[in-house]
Amino acid sequence: MIKDITLGQYFPGESIIHRTDPRVKIVLAVVFMITILTIESYAAFLLFAVLSFTAIGVSQIPVKYSLKGLKPLMFIVVFAAVINIFFTPGTPIFEYKFIRMTVEGLDLAAKMALRLSMLVISTSLLTLTTTPIALTDGIERLFEPLKRIKIPVHEFAMMMTIALRFIPTLLEETDKIMKAQASRGADFDSGNLIERAKSFVPILVPLFISAFRRADELADAMNARCYRGGVGRTRMNELSFSKSDVLVSSVVLVFEILIIILHFF
Amino acid sequence: MSIKVENLSYVYMKGTPYEKKALDKVNFVIADGDFIGIIGHTGSGKSTLVQHLNGLLKPTEGKIYINGVDISAKNTKELRNQVGIVFQYPEHQLFEETVFKDVAFGLEKRGLSKAEIEVKVNEAIQTVGLSEEASSKSPFELSGGQKRRVAIAGVLVLEPKVLVLDEPTAGLDPKGRDDIFELISNLQKRLGITVILVSHSMEDIARLVNRVIVMNMGTIEMDGSPSEVFSQAEGLEKIGLSVPQITYLMRKIKSFVPEINDNIFTVAEAKAEIIKHLRKQ
Repeated sequence: MIKDITLGQYFPGESIIHRTDPRVKIVLAVVFMITILTIESYAAFLLFAVLSFTAIGVSQIPVKYSLKGLKPLMFIVVFAAVINIFFTPGTPIFEYKFIRMTVEGLDLAAKMALRLSMLVISTSLLTLTTTPIALTDGIERLFEPLKRIKIPVHEFAMMMTIALRFIPTLLEETDKIMKAQASRGADFDSGNLIERAKSFVPILVPLFISAFRRADELADAMNARCYRGGVGRTRMNELSFSKSDVLVSSVVLVFEILIIILHFF
Repeated sequence: MSIKVENLSYVYMKGTPYEKKALDKVNFVIADGDFIGIIGHTGSGKSTLVQHLNGLLKPTEGKIYINGVDISAKNTKELRNQVGIVFQYPEHQLFEETVFKDVAFGLEKRGLSKAEIEVKVNEAIQTVGLSEEASSKSPFELSGGQKRRVAIAGVLVLEPKVLVLDEPTAGLDPKGRDDIFELISNLQKRLGITVILVSHSMEDIARLVNRVIVMNMGTIEMDGSPSEVFSQAEGLEKIGLSVPQITYLMRKIKSFVPEINDNIFTVAEAKAEIIKHLRKQ
């Protein structure tokens, strides 16, 4: 019933992007985000699109699959575009009574839509090519310097690992509970808004109960294995940089330089 | 109610790297009032199969007919009124403040009057063997076995013509298990409904059902009466299943006492056979 969420869903593969160190990928994803939020010209958008789709191509993830993350965002994109088209002051190109389309509005709407969709496409590549465990490992290492100012980095990373680990489990559980309730007459798709909201009570109550039960069991299991936080812990798989990291970063660097040149000239 | 499954195939997560074929061209017919047992290794497609019977999963290929009507053409609500499914660990679906309200959930969704609901709910609570005072308690105060009864009552109260139970006794103690099985077999006899029981316990299947369907890797491996299926011990062992313990015992006895009948699948039959043999001597 709920199977369309790609966010945080690892797509197994052997490509160079899959093998890139998670730290590098996280930093690059941040670079991607900053780029997409700052670029202004269509040429830069085009360049960025080339970069993103090259990355998707290299990662060997089917394009259709990597675009799946856009689906839940479609409404926001369309809504923002419509608002922008009709409510931006400027040179009108179409006018009928109170409806007014402007050139500036169209321009703003197109850029907004491009920005939002490129943002999702380029950053979901990070979660599609990195296992949740590698991802949190990377985050923990990147934020390690914060330990000096007494921020519990390891604990935060552990919390994230656990949260990510349980997303599929809880989705499965939700699916099971929905089926069980549907089998005894629950109906999630009809009725007005309030009725529909109410129809989620029979899902949420059992889901919360099972989430608390799981949390309890997990805490016991961790205690039983003498888990006591991050101090002095070593890891089984140490992260290390390799040639492919340098290669991937250089490609992105070249594109970024091009985009910066475009921006200033 | 008769059920006819024709060339049913189902693929999970089609078009992704996690694609998995769970059912592959499954065919069978179940007659009205049958008591069917479905056995199979974990991942053999049992649960996927039963979820098709009330439209929770839509076939990737193939058709299912209930009383001769194609269910894809049917209203799912009506279908779910006819086919009730009790899932594994059904107590995980409980959510209401009281047992009464939880059992009444489906009836309220159906829009019945308060008086009607009260009569039917009390009847269902009684049928599953819970006391009247339990009905005002919170379901979360009850023991595991009692919770399971409440959940089963929540499906029974809808008066399905076909009742599917997916591992109804998983995680219960022997007494709880026997109670639930007794309840199911009484229901089947009293109401004459079609019951489909998915289970890992060969003993219980042998004791209760009149036909066994054996699933393996998404296909039907064997289909027949318990004695037909359980006489093929080697075939069952090859796909990770077994025959009832008592059958193994009777085979051992036969190696010392060649004239004894080892085609026996329940303790009661074994007792009768051994007594018969001793009397002869």
